[in-house]
Amino acid sequence: MNKARQNPLNAVAAHGALILYTLIALFPVFVILINSFKTRKAIFREPLALPDADSFSMIGYETVMKQGDFFLYFQNSLIVTVVSLFFILLFGAMAAFALSEYRFRGNTLMGLYLALGIMIPIRIGTVAILDLMVQTGLVNTLMALILVYTAQGLPLAVFILSEFMRQVSEDLKNAGRIDGLSEYTIFFRLVLPLVRPAMATVAVFNMIPIWNDLWFPLILAPAEETKTLTLGSQVFIGQFVTDWNAVLSALSLAILPVMILYVIFSRQLIRGITSGAVK
Amino acid sequence: MTALQLTDLNKSFGAVHVLKDINLTVEEGEFVVFVGPSGCGKSTLLRVIAGLEDATSGEIRIGASVVNDTPPAKRGIAMVFQSYALYPHLNVCENMSLALKQEKQPKAEIEARVAEASRMLSLDPYLDRRPAELSGGQRQRVAIGRAVVRQPQLFLFDEPLSNLDAALRMNTRLEIAKLHRQLEGSMIYVTHDQTEAMTLADKIVVLRDGRVEQVGSPMDLYNNPANRFVAEFLGSPSMNIVPATRLGGSDGEQVGIRPEYVHIGDAGALAGSVIHVEHLGGDTNVIVDIGEEAPFTVRLFGQFDIEAGATVQLGFDEAKTYRFDAAGSRLS
Repeated sequence: MNKARQNPLNAVAAHGALILYTLIALFPVFVILINSFKTRKAIFREPLALPDADSFSMIGYETVMKQGDFFLYFQNSLIVTVVSLFFILLFGAMAAFALSEYRFRGNTLMGLYLALGIMIPIRIGTVAILDLMVQTGLVNTLMALILVYTAQGLPLAVFILSEFMRQVSEDLKNAGRIDGLSEYTIFFRLVLPLVRPAMATVAVFNMIPIWNDLWFPLILAPAEETKTLTLGSQVFIGQFVTDWNAVLSALSLAILPVMILYVIFSRQLIRGITSGAVK
Repeated sequence: MTALQLTDLNKSFGAVHVLKDINLTVEEGEFVVFVGPSGCGKSTLLRVIAGLEDATSGEIRIGASVVNDTPPAKRGIAMVFQSYALYPHLNVCENMSLALKQEKQPKAEIEARVAEASRMLSLDPYLDRRPAELSGGQRQRVAIGRAVVRQPQLFLFDEPLSNLDAALRMNTRLEIAKLHRQLEGSMIYVTHDQTEAMTLADKIVVLRDGRVEQVGSPMDLYNNPANRFVAEFLGSPSMNIVPATRLGGSDGEQVGIRPEYVHIGDAGALAGSVIHVEHLGGDTNVIVDIGEEAPFTVRLFGQFDIEAGATVQLGFDEAKTYRFDAAGSRLS
C-alpha cells in the first residue's frame, strides 16, 4: 500500500477485524480436530482441552477405518464432487460463451431463463426428481447425484461466467478468427484461460455445498455402495447412542479433500496471465 | 489488378443503417486510408471487408474472387487491431506463427517467414517473451509482424496507433510507411487522425454517416475538397468558414479560408480582436474573434509577439478561398 495514504490505526483495525473473523471461523474446526484425538470421556469432561498423554486416543479413527467402507464413501464423494464441478464448468462456460458472444433471436430471454434457477431452490422438485430417477433406473447410482448437482450449479455458473466473458476483448476473438482458429479453439484456448479467475470462483461456490450435501444422497443414493461421506458418517449417529469419537474423526477426515480442492482452485484466482493481452 | 472492390455495399444493424451504398476500388499495392469522425462507419466497413461482420447487401471482391461468404481466415487478409489483440498465453514467436500453423504451412517455411518479419520489425531479442513482458510499442510491432508473416493479399489496420503515445506514434507511423514500401502490399488503414491519413495514404477515403464523401490523393483532397465537410476535416488547424455575406457574396453561401493562407497586418476584408495565441515554436496560431459564432484561426509560420485583445486586420488571397452553397457542396 502507498505509504502516504496509509494510516497505522486503520491497518491495525483492519487486521484486528480479520484476525477476529478468522478465529471465529476456525474455532469449530479446531474443536472438531482436537476432540477427534481424545477419549470419549475426555470429550465430555473437557471439550475445549487439548489432548494430553492421558486423554489422547486414536479410537475414533480406528472405528472409522474398521466400520463400513469408509474409503468407498470417500471415493464416492470425490467422484460426485469432481465430475459435477467438471460438468458445471464445461456446460456453464459454453452456455455463457454462446450468450455473450453470439447475437441470436431470444438471446436475452434465454439468459434470463437460465438464470431463473438461481431463485428457485432445486429441492422443491425433490419428489419429481426422485420419480424421474426411479423411472430412468438411476436410483442408487452416482450418476443420479452428478446430474442433480450439475443442474443445481448451472444457473449461477452461466450467470457469473457470461458477465465475465463479455469483458474478454472482442479484438482478441476476432484476431483468432482471422488467424483461422475455429470457434471451439477460440473458446478453449483464448477465452477460457482469460476467465479462469471467474471459473475458480464458480468452482469454489459449488464445491462445498455439493461435498456437504446430505439431502440428495439420502434420497437418491442411500445404497451402501453409493453412499457419500456425509451420509456415511451418519451411521455413527444413532437415535440413542452416538459414537462421538467416530463422528468427529470422520468429519476431520472429510475436511481434508475439500481443503485440497480449495487450494487448487484458489491458486487459479491469481491473475497475471491476463495482463498484457490487450492495451 | 485490383486488390479490393466493393460494389453497392450496405450494412444495417437491425433498423440502424450503418453503411450506405459504398463503392470503392483498392488497386494492387495501394495504401488506402479510411478517415472520418467517430461513428462514421469506418471501422464497421473494415470489419465487413475482413468478414467479421456480414454485409447486408452488395458485393465484396478481394483479388479475383467474391468473398461475401468466405470466412475471415480464407479471405487472404491480415488485420492489426487497435488493442493489439495478442494471444496472452503465447510468446512472440508463437503469436506470429499461429496462423501459419493453422494453414498447415511446412515448418521450415514458418520459421523463415517469422525470422524475416522479426528482422524487419527488430523483434529478434523478444521472440521468447510473452506479450505481458513487452511495452506498448513492441506489442504493436508484434501485432504488425503477425500480419506480415501471413503474406496476405490485403492488410487491414484498425486504428493501430491510437493506443501509443505521441513520440511512439510518429515512429510506428514511419515504420508502417517503410513496411508498405518494402512489402509493396495493398493496405487499408482506418484512422480518425487526419495527420496519419495525410502522411501515409496514397488514397484517402473520407467517410461521413456511412457514406463515402470523397476519394482522392491527400493533396487532391486538401486542394480540391468536394464539400465543406472534407474541407474542414483535412488540414490542421481546420479551415475557417465565414458567411459569404461578409465578403460580398450571396446569402446562405459560405466561404472557406485555410488558416495558413491568412496573413495579419494588411488591411483586409476581415478584422477582429485576438482571443488567444498558441505559440508552437515553429508556428504561431492566432485565434481571432471576427464577430461570428466560430472563432477564426490564423496560422503564422515563425514566432510572433501578439497580445490577446489586440485588434488585427486579416488579409488573404481571394484565389485561395473555397465557396460552398448552403448545403455544403463546393461552388468554386
